Amino acid sequence: MSVQTDVRSDARPEVTAALLQAADVYKEFGGLVAVNNVSFVVEPHSIVSIIGPNGAGKTTFFNMLTGLYKPTSGRIAFDGRDITRARPDRITGMGVARTFQNIRLFSAMSALENVMIGRHARTKAGLFGSIFHAPWVRREERVTRERARELLEYVGLQPAAFGRLAAELSYGDQRRVEIARALACEPKLLLLDEPTAGMNPQESAALTDFMRKLRNELELTILLIEHDMKVVMDVSERVTVLDHGEKIAEGPAAEVRTNPRVIEAYLGKQD
Amino acid sequence: MEELIAQVGEWRDAWRVRRQAIESRLPRWWSRALAGGLIVFGAAFPFFFTQGSGFLNATITALAYAVMALGLNVVVGFAGLLDLGYVAFYALGAYTAGWFSSEFFFNEHVHLIASAHVSHLIGFHFNFIIVLAIAIVITAGFGAVIGLPTLRLRGDYIAIVTLAFGEIIDRVAINGQSVHLGGGQTLTAGSIGISSIDPIYIPGLGSFDPLHLRPWYWVVFAILLLVLFVNVSLRDSRLGRAWIALREDEVAAVSMGIPLVRTKLMAYAIGAAFGGMSGAFLASFVPDVSSDQFRFSFSIFILSMIIVGGLGSIWGVMLGAMLLSYINQYLIPDVLNGIPGDLGLNFSLTDIGLGIYGFLLVLVMVLRPQGLLPERRRRLELVEGIGVGDTELETPQA
Repeated sequence: MSVQTDVRSDARPEVTAALLQAADVYKEFGGLVAVNNVSFVVEPHSIVSIIGPNGAGKTTFFNMLTGLYKPTSGRIAFDGRDITRARPDRITGMGVARTFQNIRLFSAMSALENVMIGRHARTKAGLFGSIFHAPWVRREERVTRERARELLEYVGLQPAAFGRLAAELSYGDQRRVEIARALACEPKLLLLDEPTAGMNPQESAALTDFMRKLRNELELTILLIEHDMKVVMDVSERVTVLDHGEKIAEGPAAEVRTNPRVIEAYLGKQD
Repeated sequence: MEELIAQVGEWRDAWRVRRQAIESRLPRWWSRALAGGLIVFGAAFPFFFTQGSGFLNATITALAYAVMALGLNVVVGFAGLLDLGYVAFYALGAYTAGWFSSEFFFNEHVHLIASAHVSHLIGFHFNFIIVLAIAIVITAGFGAVIGLPTLRLRGDYIAIVTLAFGEIIDRVAINGQSVHLGGGQTLTAGSIGISSIDPIYIPGLGSFDPLHLRPWYWVVFAILLLVLFVNVSLRDSRLGRAWIALREDEVAAVSMGIPLVRTKLMAYAIGAAFGGMSGAFLASFVPDVSSDQFRFSFSIFILSMIIVGGLGSIWGVMLGAMLLSYINQYLIPDVLNGIPGDLGLNFSLTDIGLGIYGFLLVLVMVLRPQGLLPERRRRLELVEGIGVGDTELETPQA
């Protein structure tokens, strides 16, 4: 794989083959710069990691990609369409789904219902459809339920746990349900925010395999924020490193690992 | 004391186990049969009483309040948006009936499927069904309007905005008698009230007699069934799930593709429309509309019903509404009112009605914070300490 180091600086993202393209994305919160002119490209069907020390702006960047935050300046395009100022639900509808760093399941809904919520953007029943349960609405509900079951099986949840409330599930199962819920959105791009947080090495390894399986079987593109370097090196084709809101390195995993600026950001300067 | 609490806890657990055992033994058609039985009982209910029975009168009002409680339940119970100004929709529904089925607009003479008895009268005289439809449209519209400024707010802040909205409508009702629409016509009649609103008229059957209560009962019972049907359908639907998701975690919900604005506004609009229907019915039944009826305490009254019954639980809300209405409309004024006098005390029970209410509310909150018939999810949140987590600093900008 060739080393690609060009950083796009033109403010308008061009329509290219890239699935996700961020150009000069800048975000400040009342004078505090969280993300500073980061440009970034994700090729379809790849697994890309964003790493960086705590407070580097990784999650803020994620939140802008999913529409929860609007960038102060810069542009973001997904699948050839500008999503810079789009609403989060629209972006999900276009095919971006995510998980959260500290799991955000709907705690008082069952595992199954959580995944059914993920189908919201792919279903239609509106107010009157919901009230009168027309035949097509019933069919839609049935498909939603079946699809949610399939996804829960796919992520490896025991069928006995399907009806259990999310808050009653084990930590690992909650992670599984959250991924199933994101998959229910039928995304093209899956964003995982620290998916292995709180997992032991075996679980992390299993999740790494699962990410590859997702990419290959569901033809997904995966973008993840990750702290576990073993996972990052293992799974990702490309790595982007953020520090203090700025992109300090980018490239194939092996190369980024030996980059002096990255080592400095993680370990501090050696005098 | 601790022993007592432990003992109560044990009883409760034992009862829960027994109830689950009973529930698992019941056949699948049980709930349908129960619902069918309740409908038949409800329809036959007025035959147990005379046409002018005070109890029947109280029941009609109680059912109308139950309709409002079910409407508020959509907003507060399902979507988790605390609304303290619900009285506004009662007022709007009632004024719709006042405007469109009385002599109030004395410069007009418009009749739509109205009884022959009123054909010589001035003003708008629309059939009750039309009035109901107008009330639904007006209140749903206002519901969406009040929803808009609260979209970016959460919890207590929503409550404050809705409270202000309720007050605004109340003020407009009071001062509407000074709002001149031209030709001597005013917007409302203030505390004097718009009186002699037409009774409900059904073509072929004639007008309802204010002293014959059974037809009134059946109409409000039909409205209640409709509203119950809508509530149950919505609870188990795509929209109902979206409301619960928004209530649980707004950030996660919008990230899963739920449109925040539309989904919340629908909750407001539906809840408001139920309030409007009930208001229009009550105005025809009473039959007048004065600004004294729409006080802030009424919003609290309806809210108490759903909290006592169990937030979000349809049957709980029904129970809470009937219970509090009967206490308010029947038990305190008709049955127990004389007790302090009999005991030689110099007041009647209606004087301390609000105090009794407050006491009952505190009692329920202490003994059963989840309500009498709680929804499964709420029971978990309130009793078993499973919280709704969204204390992160992120806010969705939708």
